Amino acid sequence: MSAAIAAAKKNLKVVIAERDEITGGILNQCIHNGFGLHYFKEELTGPEYAERFRDQLSRYADSIEVLTDCHVLRLNRNKKALLVSPKNVFELEAKVVVYAAGARERPFGSLMIPGDRPSGIFTAGVAQRLMNIDNRKVGRRALIVGSGDIGMIMARRLTLEGIEVVGVVERLPYPGGLLRNVIQCLKDFNIPLYLSSTVVEVKGRERLEEVIVASVDEQFRPIPNTEKSFKVDTLVLSVGLIPQVEMLNGLVSLDKRTRGIACSNTGQSSNEWIFAAGNCTAIFDLVDYVTKEGERAGEYASRYVNGERFSLGIPIVPGENVMLTFPNYYNDIDDLTLYLRCKKPMEKAVLKVGGFEKTFEDLIPSEMIVVKIPKQKLSNLDRIEVKLEEV
Amino acid sequence: MEKIVCVLCPMGCKIKYNAVDGKIVAVEGNRCPKGLSYLEEELKEPKRIVPTSVKVVNGELPLASVKTSKPIPKRLIPKFMELVKQVQIEAPVKVGDVIMKNVLDTGADVVATRSVRRISSA
Repeated sequence: MSAAIAAAKKNLKVVIAERDEITGGILNQCIHNGFGLHYFKEELTGPEYAERFRDQLSRYADSIEVLTDCHVLRLNRNKKALLVSPKNVFELEAKVVVYAAGARERPFGSLMIPGDRPSGIFTAGVAQRLMNIDNRKVGRRALIVGSGDIGMIMARRLTLEGIEVVGVVERLPYPGGLLRNVIQCLKDFNIPLYLSSTVVEVKGRERLEEVIVASVDEQFRPIPNTEKSFKVDTLVLSVGLIPQVEMLNGLVSLDKRTRGIACSNTGQSSNEWIFAAGNCTAIFDLVDYVTKEGERAGEYASRYVNGERFSLGIPIVPGENVMLTFPNYYNDIDDLTLYLRCKKPMEKAVLKVGGFEKTFEDLIPSEMIVVKIPKQKLSNLDRIEVKLEEV
Repeated sequence: MEKIVCVLCPMGCKIKYNAVDGKIVAVEGNRCPKGLSYLEEELKEPKRIVPTSVKVVNGELPLASVKTSKPIPKRLIPKFMELVKQVQIEAPVKVGDVIMKNVLDTGADVVATRSVRRISSA
């Protein structure tokens, strides 16, 4: 939505293809607060944040057409998209595409957990949708796997809705989500967090009956004789998000670290008429960042349509203690807003990017670092290495 | 020094402080003044904004999400949830609609955070 609004402001005709009944994506089911503090300078819930952008969309109704219940089946090399809606199958031709398809949840099947395959196992997003949109209770007694933000937020949601949450299991030695969620979602409700632990077996004939959890060593291998049994009928998974990129297979290159679409700071992908923004490029901590990146992609996409041509620029390479960065290329058309994640928790580290240095404290991989780097600090480079030197 | 994480925003400042008899004598780590008031409240009476949902009659969706307009005491959350469970509202609902006023005498209202249209046949 923010890309569409940015493009409409530049007088482009925009079509949004949305497969859901309304725009806004996952925000619509994230009824918790914590959104918008950066962008709107006030704290909003997900539905409120989405609605603000829908209101803005409707103000640009002359330039922006919103197609809901509409799925893009295919995007072709000739800039033609094949779409399907309940009414018909049709083709659209565009001058430029901004891809903002978000991410998917890592599914249960990919975890290779031994045992039965009963009902009662949900990804956090599915459980969230059932409870917050469809008004369905998912179970009576639940265990959460993965201490990502969604996992912790769902632990609180389930508790508030009268479902007993017996614990949150995390294989890392530290929580996977924001610290504030450890406090307000787990500690506030006395929900135990089991660190360095993993699910080793699920049992149940038709409905889930029991989950076996064991401690793990540094290589995440279960340690024998540390097994604990939890009698639960519900298992909720929050084990990571994967950028959704399938539709662009063969059209753009991906980044190995983010597993998302490799982009320049203009939002441009390796295919000059395809721009991308949001969780399909890298998993962001805050929707506020996604909005900003959407605006950027929308703006540069408009400039591209108006005849301007720009290159991807020089590569941005994760160096010492850096797990991933976004963007993946830098064009000195503008300053650089750099997002990065560290590889391991560190008490203090100096971020070094070209001629730019900044000290950070209390770093953990789950909390993204965001810095704005003036282009003067990035001149005369043929690649930008991003390093975090521990002190 | 004692440590506490401010939950008011996703920055999650780690605030270090010393308190003597509930009085704060030293604070560091808060990146904005809200952190200080959060710390004071947390030592006195911890409060949270509570987001949840209420049932909607004749709406295009069965639920409208709601929140407390300001933080309410943590100890009242279970009671608050019991109360909210009883509530049913008639569609249409608009973001910002006040669903309950001064809930449990906290001074906080319960406000809708999602618009729900009325089903056209109703």
